[in-house]
Amino acid sequence: MSNPTDGVTHFNQPLLKTPFHNRARALSQNDSFVAWAGYTTVDVFTSPEQEYFAVRNTTGVYDLTPMIKYRITGKGALRFLNHLVTRDVSKLKVNRVIYTVWCNDDGHILDDGTLFRLGEDEYWLCCAERQYDWLLDSAIGFDVAVEEVTEQVAALAVQGPTSCWTLKQLGMSGIENLKPFEVGRFQVEGVDVMASRTGFTGDLGYEIWMPPEKAEFIWDRLMEAGRTRLIRPIGSQALNAVRIEAGFLMPHFDFVSAESTIRLGRDRSPLELGLDWLVDFKKGHFNGRRALVAEQKRGVTRKLVGLDIDGNKPAHSALLYTDKSGQTEVGFVTSAMWSPTCKRNIALAMVNAPFFSVGSEVWAEIYLNRELLWERRMVKATVVEKPFFAPERRRLTPPADR
Amino acid sequence: MQAHYDCIIIGAGHNGLVCGAILARRGKRVLIVEASTSVGGPAATHEFAPGFRASTAHLMHLMPRSLITALGLEQHGLQFAANGMATTSLSPSGNHLLLTPESVAAASPVDAEAYPAFLTRMTRLAGALRPMLASVPPRLGTDAWSDRIALLKLGWQIRRLGRKDMRELLRIIGMNAYDLCTDYLKAPLLQGALAFDATLGGNLGPRAPGTVLPWLVRLAMQGADGNVGLAQPVGGMGGLSDALARAAKAAGAEVRTGVRVDRVLVADDRVTGVVLSSGESYLAPVVVSNADPKTTFIDLLGPEHLDTEFVRRVDRARSKGVVAKLHLALDRLPAFANLPESALRGRLLLAPSLTYVERAFDAPKYGEYSAAPAMEITVPTVNDPSLAPAGSHVLSAVVECAAYDLRAGWTEQRDAYQALLIDQLEGLAPGLRSSVRAAELLTPVDLEARYGNRGGHWHHADLALDQFYFVRPVAGAAQYSTPVAGLFLCGAATHPGGGVAGENGRLAAQAVLAKAV
Repeated sequence: MSNPTDGVTHFNQPLLKTPFHNRARALSQNDSFVAWAGYTTVDVFTSPEQEYFAVRNTTGVYDLTPMIKYRITGKGALRFLNHLVTRDVSKLKVNRVIYTVWCNDDGHILDDGTLFRLGEDEYWLCCAERQYDWLLDSAIGFDVAVEEVTEQVAALAVQGPTSCWTLKQLGMSGIENLKPFEVGRFQVEGVDVMASRTGFTGDLGYEIWMPPEKAEFIWDRLMEAGRTRLIRPIGSQALNAVRIEAGFLMPHFDFVSAESTIRLGRDRSPLELGLDWLVDFKKGHFNGRRALVAEQKRGVTRKLVGLDIDGNKPAHSALLYTDKSGQTEVGFVTSAMWSPTCKRNIALAMVNAPFFSVGSEVWAEIYLNRELLWERRMVKATVVEKPFFAPERRRLTPPADR
Repeated sequence: MQAHYDCIIIGAGHNGLVCGAILARRGKRVLIVEASTSVGGPAATHEFAPGFRASTAHLMHLMPRSLITALGLEQHGLQFAANGMATTSLSPSGNHLLLTPESVAAASPVDAEAYPAFLTRMTRLAGALRPMLASVPPRLGTDAWSDRIALLKLGWQIRRLGRKDMRELLRIIGMNAYDLCTDYLKAPLLQGALAFDATLGGNLGPRAPGTVLPWLVRLAMQGADGNVGLAQPVGGMGGLSDALARAAKAAGAEVRTGVRVDRVLVADDRVTGVVLSSGESYLAPVVVSNADPKTTFIDLLGPEHLDTEFVRRVDRARSKGVVAKLHLALDRLPAFANLPESALRGRLLLAPSLTYVERAFDAPKYGEYSAAPAMEITVPTVNDPSLAPAGSHVLSAVVECAAYDLRAGWTEQRDAYQALLIDQLEGLAPGLRSSVRAAELLTPVDLEARYGNRGGHWHHADLALDQFYFVRPVAGAAQYSTPVAGLFLCGAATHPGGGVAGENGRLAAQAVLAKAV
């Protein structure tokens, strides 16, 4: 397959096309595309609601090729990664995946992502931001090679209650035995496809990884395999909805990479984002540890929490206050939605101390635009546990055969 | 059972010895370990040909008299074969210039008044930096009063100069040596000599911004009360280092040579000791490294104990050396054309003009060595005949500039380079070549191999505004302490810089006593 951007100069065509682009364009009814990491990707195929329900009720397929992928190899790879990220990588077995974050010297998050261990000394780091320079600087003194492989791998997220069944129809028999965060290798009509039971939806689901030149072939077979179960490609809007329900963080919305913040205090530590469980203080030194130890001692002054908000109006970008009068600000909403599955009005929000604990009450200032008439509502919001949606099927192995 | 100490010092260079001696005098159990079989690092005396001895760092000029007295170095055997040594700026045409106000006045009437006035003024300006050079740098951006007071003191020292001098200091402190020389002086031999001293050991030629600073630092340290001036210890620089080692031992420190530290031990983010390449380990809550920052942090400690941005700063610190060292065993005293024999009691500079020095610095930019090198030459056997067999002599030359990463390769080029240097000297001292019995050339790569300083830099790291004071060698390690509790630095890459001064070791000991033990 020839690259659609071949022969097109960079400034005329600044966005790259993924290997699935032609298929996606053909299925896009809205012609609604957005830029993501230098690629043009689908925002909405048909309607965000329809795509959302595909993930929750059948299978949604999301093109995640633009996700940045680094291949890390060498005898010092484990030592390097254990120094880079906050979790203990020495516990990561071959063919397993972990979700982790990594920080700068100040203990502020540079990015989050998934770390795959694909061999004794071979890892993949999948993340949102390009950070080759940071990885190279972090590699000083380590026997390790870092290579960006984003364009060498095409990837699809296949997510939803019927995703396992669909992949079995595709010929990936045995996939039902993959445990959450496990990696397996399969063949689809002679094409090598790697699958991991990972995803950004909080549901049963897989991510499948393949050579770019076989991308359209696999797409076609996959859509055919899932046809009777109403498989459907999904865009970024639907993905954003399911990830909020799952309590997952979206870079640039729920936090900004410390490498790209300009103003003081706009960066976030993992402790502030409620990711304490990702930070292993016992494994020895890792990047940002000293700053995080000090922060832990001081205690955080703000924290990302889940909110259950009265009413059914999404609290997009709402400011939060101590009481209905709206005089004392205590935080702001970073992501919000009406959750059709939970039937709750949910949000992720940064709140100041002491409104961290479950049950704390704050007030959200919600603006509604009703045919150009703006209404302002002060609505009570309660701090609740995350995730908002965590069905048993996301962990069940083997999943239900349907 | 492993031996326990209060403090282990890696490297018995002069700073390591000073630091160890001071800590031992304060009652600490100190172990100083040295990879080489003798103490002193480059400030040692080694036999480079049968019966001929030389010192890689061949002159002492920055060590404060107060330190010599405090450590009782003279009681421990330090003697000077010469001090207050004069400098002669060599001229290829034979019109050499002795750098004293009188001979400058005679040779260059336009500089007659300007030169002494210049020296007086610069000494005054440099004096404002002296308290800063003799203290642990403050940290920036802290709330600690001690840091604020140190900064206020520095500001006050500069303000105290008065308006005219303060303006002049602020004008020249980031400036290049070339402009400073041409602002004040006219005689090319004088300008060249000054530019040589300003740029000695660094990577930057006299036209590079920031080259006045190292010269002011040198001037400030030389100008300290009772300083011995340019001096040559009896027995070469080894005479100084041996006295330092004896002073340290007398105070109770243990000095072990021929043992190489393989790595620094860390547990729970604290230093716990060192492991030797023999596998033996010694325990101590404090480890002070006389090694350069790259060796210390990346090789001995390991980057896994540090944060990325810190390691990046260490890795990027400019530490590629451009200095080579030549030692010649001569069977007679070299006869420099038109130069009185008495000048050989002092040092000779081959830096006949600003342009000459600047061009010498061009070579390493392109991975080459200069075909017209600048040199600092001494004939130490004139003051101390014990360094060579009777009637024979040693010529010792600091040579600039030669690239560390020579494009053509040092293995291939070393003979050609040595021949070039001897040719240069032959031009100055006809007949010298035929008197050469043996020669030793130490390229930057050889210096690195012999002394373990990554990059072979004369001062471990360039002395420039961006690697000075509270960012020397890098931010986060500029107060001798490091991000890992219990690990300290005391080498030339720390404040106030290179040269056999001992201040780094003294201040490191001060930092250790203040913080850790």
